[in-house]
Amino acid sequence: MDIPAELEAVIDEVIKHYPVSKRSASLPLLHLLQEHFGYITDQAIEWIAQKLEIEPVNVLELVTFYPMIRREPAGKHHIRVCRTLSCAMAGSYRLLETFCKHANIDLHARDHGGHLLKSPDGHYSIEFVECLASCGTGPVCMINDDFYEAVSDEEVPQLLQKYQ
Amino acid sequence: MGTVIRTPHPREKRIIFKNIDRPGYTPGIDSYFADGGYEELRKAFTMKPQDIVAEVKASGLRGRGGAGFPCGAKWGFIRPGETKPVYLICNADESEPGTFKDRYIIHQDPHQLLEGMIISCYAVNARLAYIYIRGEFPLGAKILERALAEARAHGFLGKNVLGTGFDLEIYIFRGAGAYICGEETGLIESLEGKRPYPRIKPPYFPAALGLYMAPTIVNNVETLCNVKHIIRMGGAEYARIGRPNNTGTRVLCVSGDVQKPGYYELEVGAITLGELIHDVCSGLKPGRKLKAVIPGGSSAKVLRAGERYKLKTKQPDGSMAEREIGIEEVPMDFDSLAAAGSMAGSGGVIVMDDSRDMVWALNNINEFYAHESCGQCTPCREGSLWMKKLTARMLDGGAVPADPDTLKSVADNIAGRTICAFGEACAWPTQSFVAKFRDEFAGYAARNVPAGGHGNGNAESQP
Ligand SMILES: Cc1cc2nc3c(=O)[nH]c(=O)nc-3n(C[C@H](O)[C@H](O)[C@H](O)COP(=O)(O)O)c2cc1C
Ligand code: SF4
Ligand code: FES
Repeated sequence: MDIPAELEAVIDEVIKHYPVSKRSASLPLLHLLQEHFGYITDQAIEWIAQKLEIEPVNVLELVTFYPMIRREPAGKHHIRVCRTLSCAMAGSYRLLETFCKHANIDLHARDHGGHLLKSPDGHYSIEFVECLASCGTGPVCMINDDFYEAVSDEEVPQLLQKYQ
Repeated sequence: MGTVIRTPHPREKRIIFKNIDRPGYTPGIDSYFADGGYEELRKAFTMKPQDIVAEVKASGLRGRGGAGFPCGAKWGFIRPGETKPVYLICNADESEPGTFKDRYIIHQDPHQLLEGMIISCYAVNARLAYIYIRGEFPLGAKILERALAEARAHGFLGKNVLGTGFDLEIYIFRGAGAYICGEETGLIESLEGKRPYPRIKPPYFPAALGLYMAPTIVNNVETLCNVKHIIRMGGAEYARIGRPNNTGTRVLCVSGDVQKPGYYELEVGAITLGELIHDVCSGLKPGRKLKAVIPGGSSAKVLRAGERYKLKTKQPDGSMAEREIGIEEVPMDFDSLAAAGSMAGSGGVIVMDDSRDMVWALNNINEFYAHESCGQCTPCREGSLWMKKLTARMLDGGAVPADPDTLKSVADNIAGRTICAFGEACAWPTQSFVAKFRDEFAGYAARNVPAGGHGNGNAESQP
């Protein structure tokens, strides 16, 4: 596993934010490595553990707990549709289906292993997430780090166009 | 799609949201300075920390994160002359379904939060503070980072803040998609680099044994913003806004079946639920009737249209009078909503009209809690999942007459038997939905729906 020097400099800076206990930096480091590599490998877990002088299992237990931390790559563009009540009332279940249709994702391939749904070419991945704190403008979604409100089914193709 | 911008409703009293959606206003520090930014910080430094705590106590400010705990009293738990370091954490996890207010402060007016935080840190003598922001606000985290850098460059953070000898560092910590990190002790565990398993109280009250087992103040974003305005107005003046024991303004977040959903900053208790729906939010959709309202985030017990509540009010002569009111007459404040058997909670108001199926709505909520239980306590971990399986099966056509009783019994066996308040949060929806819409739940067993759905019970039964 290759950690570029600039990334390691950022990591060293972040660790300084936790003068009382380096272990506090484990989730921040998981975020940084996931942003860089796309997902968290066994090597990444061991690297963080070594860096923070904790046991790998202390890192692994975070990876398996937090929904945003992944053990496999997402699509090139990752879509999150809000599932929770206000958005569901505004049509988020249908929106999820519409995204899947236009992104060529098989919604019924959902399994219980927590794997992300992806298009065959790996271009898009999608997941339902819980309340994104914008319930007044549902249905809402995120594509990568971008946030969209009041998304209608008609807008989906044009929206996906932006993420080639 | 795109960004939804709204102008304030005439009945609003914008203090905390004054700069939200203001034309030309940016998150940069210059916009904030042009608005008199950081003047209150300078003023606060002319005061003694204990005097600031006294002003906050006098203001009557209650926490805006959900529990409504008096802020000054919480700060008062930090003993003068405390020898351990004191920490302050801003809870920016905003993840209670129905709640969307901290998002706008963070994205549009970050310096208001920082000023409130710095004053609060000075008041409780915290030299190290964190903002715990939910992972799904990546842009918000960047905006806050930039704001912190600006504040540092202007000497509001770092060593010897504004030459006062007070040192302070504030750092951002990003969550990663777990609702339980909003619960303050779960948040603290998360910040310590562990799984966010809430701690049991007593003894782990954060103000006594918080971050790294040191005294820690955890406050919501909106609460901390209020502190700045309390310094500006003085606690007594602030306390004149709203009602006794329910002071200040609150940002109410309305979603669901109203014409104009959105965030509205209102004097606490100044309007009723009916006025909120019909006046401020321009009423229900055409031809629809009110069916139910969840008044304080998805954890709050549902209110049913047509219910009557007994409300005690103080008369001008000081005596107490009891009056009976309907759902639309309930004043939107902490005490009235508690008297109606629910809670003001996080300020998230979810309105449902007569087109909504209550089993469907409850199932959606149950799915949320089943997904978000941290799993430490058996009643919560298992019960939240059972409740979800029951409502999902009902929707899928497998309802049996015992379902309402089974649901109630599962919920009754969670509440009060768990480590953290998530237990109540997940039991209250089921308890209240089943009790108040019992016919609708019971009716499912009599429905002639084909059995053998596909097990997720959600998508097809409602638009
Ligand atoms: C399950 C659960 C989730 C919570 N989520 C949040 C949250 O997202 N944001 C928040 O400010 N408080 C949340 N709280 C309340 C916090 O535990 C805590 O009471 C609050 O942050 C204190 O701040 P305040 O006194 O300023 O309201 C939650 C509580 C529970 C039990
Ligand atoms: S009540 Fe639920 S969320 Fe809270 S500690 Fe127990 S299992 Fe975790
Ligand atoms: S329910 Fe979708 S943002 Fe809250």
